[in-house]
Amino acid sequence: MAAVSQSAMTAEPSVSSPKMTARDLNLFYSDNQALFDVNLDIVERQVTALIGPSGCGKSTFLRCMNRMNDTIDGVTINGEVTLDGRDIYDKRIDVVQLRARIGMVFQKPNPFPKSIYDNVAYGPRIHGLVNSRDELDEIVMTSLERAGLLKEVKDRLQSPATGLSGGQQQRLCIARAVAVSPEVILMDEPCSALDPIATAKVEELIDELRSNYTIVIVTHSMQQAARVSQRTAFFHLGKLVEVGETDQIFTNPKDERTKGYITGRFG
Amino acid sequence: MSLSFLLLAVAALCALSFYFGRQRAVALSGGRYSNLHSLPAHYGTYVALWCGLPALLLLLVWHIFQGSIIEAMIIAELPSEITGDSGQLSLALNSISLIAADNGQHLTVSPEVIDAGHRLANLQSIANAALVVVMLTGASIGVSLSYRKISPDLRARNNVERISRWVMIACSAIAILSTVGIVFSLLFEALHFFSKINPVDFLFGLEWSPQTAIRADQVASDGAFGAIPLFVGTLLITIIAMCVAVPVGLFSAIYMGEYASSKFRAVAKPALEILAGVPTVVYGFFAALTVAPFLRNNGAILGLDVSSESALAAGLVMGVMIIPFVSSLSDDVMSQVPQSLRDGSYGLGATKSETIRHVIFPAALPGIVGAVLLAVSRAIGETMIVVMAAGLAANMTVNPLQAVTTVTVQIVTLLVGDQEFDSAKTLSAFALGLVLFLVTLGLNVFALKVVQKYREKYD
Amino acid sequence: MTDMASLMEDRAAAKVISDKMHKPVDWDSPKIARNIKKRYAAERRFKIYGLSAIGIALLALFVLGFSIGSKGYSAFFQTYVQLEIHFDPAEIDPQGTGDPAVIGKANFDGLIKQALRDRFPEVTSRRDKRDLYDVVSGGASYDLRERVLANPNLIGQTRKVWLISGDDFDMLNKGYIDADVDEGSRRLNDKEISWYNTLVSSGAVEKQFHARFFTSGDSREPELAGIWGAAVGSFYTLLVTLALSFPIGVLAAVYLEEFAPKNRFTTIVEVNINNLAAVPSIVFGLLGLEVYLNVMHLPRSAPVVGGLTLALMTLPTIIIASRAAIKAVPPSIRQAALGLGASPVQTVTHHVLPLAMPGILTGTIIGMAQALGETAPLLMIGMVAFIVDIPGGALDPATVLPVQIYLWADSPERAFVEKTSAAIMVLLAFLILMNGLAVYLRKKFERKW
Repeated sequence: MAAVSQSAMTAEPSVSSPKMTARDLNLFYSDNQALFDVNLDIVERQVTALIGPSGCGKSTFLRCMNRMNDTIDGVTINGEVTLDGRDIYDKRIDVVQLRARIGMVFQKPNPFPKSIYDNVAYGPRIHGLVNSRDELDEIVMTSLERAGLLKEVKDRLQSPATGLSGGQQQRLCIARAVAVSPEVILMDEPCSALDPIATAKVEELIDELRSNYTIVIVTHSMQQAARVSQRTAFFHLGKLVEVGETDQIFTNPKDERTKGYITGRFG
Repeated sequence: MSLSFLLLAVAALCALSFYFGRQRAVALSGGRYSNLHSLPAHYGTYVALWCGLPALLLLLVWHIFQGSIIEAMIIAELPSEITGDSGQLSLALNSISLIAADNGQHLTVSPEVIDAGHRLANLQSIANAALVVVMLTGASIGVSLSYRKISPDLRARNNVERISRWVMIACSAIAILSTVGIVFSLLFEALHFFSKINPVDFLFGLEWSPQTAIRADQVASDGAFGAIPLFVGTLLITIIAMCVAVPVGLFSAIYMGEYASSKFRAVAKPALEILAGVPTVVYGFFAALTVAPFLRNNGAILGLDVSSESALAAGLVMGVMIIPFVSSLSDDVMSQVPQSLRDGSYGLGATKSETIRHVIFPAALPGIVGAVLLAVSRAIGETMIVVMAAGLAANMTVNPLQAVTTVTVQIVTLLVGDQEFDSAKTLSAFALGLVLFLVTLGLNVFALKVVQKYREKYD
Repeated sequence: MTDMASLMEDRAAAKVISDKMHKPVDWDSPKIARNIKKRYAAERRFKIYGLSAIGIALLALFVLGFSIGSKGYSAFFQTYVQLEIHFDPAEIDPQGTGDPAVIGKANFDGLIKQALRDRFPEVTSRRDKRDLYDVVSGGASYDLRERVLANPNLIGQTRKVWLISGDDFDMLNKGYIDADVDEGSRRLNDKEISWYNTLVSSGAVEKQFHARFFTSGDSREPELAGIWGAAVGSFYTLLVTLALSFPIGVLAAVYLEEFAPKNRFTTIVEVNINNLAAVPSIVFGLLGLEVYLNVMHLPRSAPVVGGLTLALMTLPTIIIASRAAIKAVPPSIRQAALGLGASPVQTVTHHVLPLAMPGILTGTIIGMAQALGETAPLLMIGMVAFIVDIPGGALDPATVLPVQIYLWADSPERAFVEKTSAAIMVLLAFLILMNGLAVYLRKKFERKW
C-alpha cells in the first residue's frame, strides 16, 4: 500500500519486552524540527548502534533517552520514551534518578578536574549509594576494573584524572558511569577522539559490558557498528529509516537510503 | 599667548603645509600622478608632519622645563635669609607668584619679594614670547627642509608611514612612561621621607600621629609615623568588604550564569552594571549619611556602642561597590568551564547545585581566586568611601564597630591643604602611596597570572 | 603485545567480579527516597542563596537610589518669602540720576532689612533683629539689584517681591526642621518659628523652582550654591582627558594589534597596560602632584592638570577596548585590502579603523564616564579649592562635579545635604546618559562577522 504511514513502516515488528522504547518522538529546537516520529525499541543486554550521516538526529535522539536535552533552552519534545514500560517524560519521574539509571558516556572524554578516585566516586557519593568508605573503595575498584583501567591506575588513584591519556580518560568516564550501577549506558561516539589502539580497547570493553548492561551507542563508523552491536538503527534527516539485526542491516538493507549509506554513496 | 591659541596656530600651519606640499607635488608631476612615487596627499602629509611634530615636541619640552628653570632664576636672586629657610621660601614663592599674577596687592611682604614678583611676571612673558618664536622656528625649519626634498622620486608614502609608526610606538610607550613616572615620583619623595624617618619605624611602628612642629622653635616631637594602625584599619575594612562582596558576587554570578532565564538576566545584569558605574564619591556619601547613622541607631537599640565613623559602615558599602566586580569576573571564569564537564555531571544524575558545587566551582577555583585577589586590591586602593565614612584617628583595633583609618584616608588628609615638601608629614603620604602601589601591584600581577594560567587551561 | 596481554588479563578479572557486583540499585528504597528528598532540598536552598544574592545587590541599588532621591529632590525647589519692598529713591538713587553705576552701588540689603522690620515691628532687640534678617538670604539683595537695574521705573514704588529665603528657613519650610522638638536642640528658636508661621498664614511663603542651582557656582550659603561652576570644570577636565587619551589610546591600540612585532618591548607594554588598569586612582593623583605640579609647575587646581592625570587613568580602558574592537575585524578584510596593493597603514586607516570605530567609541565613552565620576586623584592636585567663579578655560582654577559633591557632603549646614544629593542626581544623570549612549552605539553597530 502506498499510504503506509511513516510510523507503521519504522515500527519495531518483533521485539518482546524491550528495555526502552520510543514512540512517535518529535523534537524541536525552537522552530526547527530535529526528530520526526521516531519509533524504536531497545533490547535488554544488547548493544544497539545508531548510525547515519552527520546531523541526522542520532545524537539528539540519544540525548532524549536520558533527558539530557532538558538542559538546553528552547527544546520541546512530544511523543513517549519509556524505560521498563514507564514514560520517562512523565512528571512523576525524577530526572536525577533517571540519569543514574541511564548512564551516559560522551564524545570527548570529560573527566572532572579531580583525582581518578574522586571521578569514579562522584556518582555513588551524590546518590548516597554507600554507607562507608570501605564500600566506596570497593565500588571504585570494581568499576575501574570493569572499565579495564584498574591495572593502569591503581598506583595513582589520587593523581588528577586529566593526566591520563585520551583512551584512559574515556575508560575512566565509562568507569564513572558504571559506578552508579546503571541499567542502560548511552554512548555518544565514544571513540571519535581516540586513536585506533584505544578504540580497540573501548570496543572490547563495550562487548564486555553487554553481559550486564543495555547499551546504546551512536557511531560514525559503520565498521564499529558492525563490530560491537547486535542491532543497528539507521537515521536520516531526523527520521528513523530502518532498524534491525546488525547482520541484516549491513548485508541486506530493506531501504534504499540505508543501502546508499552503508555502501558509501552518501555520508 | 594661551595654550589653546598656540595649538590652533600649529594646526593651521600644518594645514597650510599640507596644501603647499600637495600643490608642489602636483606641479612636479606635470598633471600625471603616475609620474610620482606616492599620491600627492602623501607629499602634503609629509610636509605637514615635518611642520607639526617639531613644533609640538618643542612645546612639550619647553613646558616640562620652563617652570623649574624660571623658579631657579627667581630663587637665585632672592636674599639668603629667605632662601635659607625652606618654610619661608615656599611662602615667599607663593607670594611672588600671586604678585606676578597681579593678585597680591593686599600682601604685606618685603620689597625683595615684590621685586621678584614683577621679575617673575616679566620672565614669564619673555618665556611665552620665546616659546612662540622657538616653535615657529622649529616648524619653519621642518617645513623648508621637507618642502625642498619633494621630488617625484621622494618615497613620501614610505616616509609618512615610517613617521606614523614611530608616533604609534611613542603612544604605546606612554604606558611604560606612566608606570615609570609613578615609580619615580613615589620613590623620590619616599626616599626623601626615609632620610628623615627610619623605614623600620615606619613599617613596624605602632603609633601614627603625623603632627610636626608648626614653628621651628616649638618643642614638639616630630610626630609618630608607625604605619601599622593604618595597615590594620585598611585590612579590617577590606575584610568586611570582602565578606559582603565575595559571597554575594559569587552567588549572583552563579545564579545569573546557571539558573536565571534570559529574561531575568536581561533585567538583573544591567542593574548590577549600574551598581558598578556609580561613582565612589556617591557611595561615600551614602555610607556617611545613610548607612553609618542607620548602624549607629540600630546599634544603640541593641545596646552596642557603634561609632559614627565605624569601619563596618565603610566596609559594607565598599562591599556593595565591589559586588558587580566580583560577579562579572567570576561569571567570566565560570562560563569558561567547558560544557562537556557539565554534561558529564548531569549525565551521572547530579542536580544543578551538585554540579556547580562539585564540578564547576572546583574547576573554576583558580580563576575565582584571581578575581577575588583583584577585588581585594581594588578595596585596598579605594579612597572616597573611606575618606567620607571612615575616621581619621589611627586606632589600633579590629572591632568593626569602632572608627579606624586607612592608608588612602591618610594620603588624602596629608595632602589636601598645605603641603610642605620638606616636612616628614607631607612626605609620609608618598611613603604610604609607595606601599599602596607595591601591594596592589603585587596582588594584580599575581592575580592576572593566575587568571591567565586558568584561561590557557580551557582554551 | 603487552597491551593485548594486559587487556586479556583485565577482561578475565572483570568477568570474575562482574556478576558479584552487578546488583542493581533499588531506586524505590526508603533510603534512596530520603536521600533524593534531601538533595532536592539542597538544590532549592542553593537556588535561594543565588536569588537572595541578586536580591541583596538589587536592594542595595534601590536603597542607594531611594536615599539619594528622597534627600535630593527638594533641592530643585527653593523657599521664597514675599515682602513688601519700598524702593526708596533716597536709598537707591538720591540724586535721581538714573545711572546704572549709581543704582548698582545702592544698599539693597538695607531695603530688605527695612521691609523685614516693617513686617515684624514687634522685633526690637538687636539679637532678634539679626535673627530676623536671616529669614531672607544674603543673596536676595543681588536679585533685587538686578530687578531694579532691569526696570528702573520701580524706584519710588512699593511692590510685593518674592525673595529667596535663608537656608534654615528653607529647611523649616521643607520639613527638615521639626518645630516640635526642644528649642535648644534645633537650629531655629521659637521666635523664628513664629515669624515663619505668621508669614505662612499670610501666604507669603512658597516654593519655587530653583534655577539658580543649575546656573551658579559654589557658595558658602547653601541657598546660593549651584553646580554650574563644577559642571564647567568637569567639562574642561574631560575635554583635556579626551583630547589626550583618545588619540594616544587608539594609536597605541592600532600599533599593538596591527604592527607590533612580538618582542620584549611589546610584552612590557602589554603587561604595563594591564597593571595600570588596576592601579588605585589615588596613586595617579600622587603622580600628578609630583610630575605636573612639582616638576612641571603647571597651575594648581586647573582642569588641564586634572585632565592630564585622568588621561593617564583612562588610557588603559581605551587601549583595551580599542584592541578588542580592532581584533574583532576579520582578517579577510585586511587580506582583501593588502591584496589590492594597499600599504599596511592604508589598510588600517581605510578599512580596519572605520570598522572598529563603534567599538572604540563605546570604550572611549565608558572611559570618559569613569573619568567623570573620579574624585580621589583630583583631590591630590588641588581641585578641592573653594571656587565661586565659573572657570573660563582649562587653566583657570576649577573644581569638578564629584569633588563638589565631596565638598558639600563635608559641609555642616543641613541644607547642603539636599544640595549634595541633588548634585549626585545630576552626576548620575550624566553617567546614565553616557552609558546609555555607549549601549546604543554597541547595539546599533553590533556586527556579527
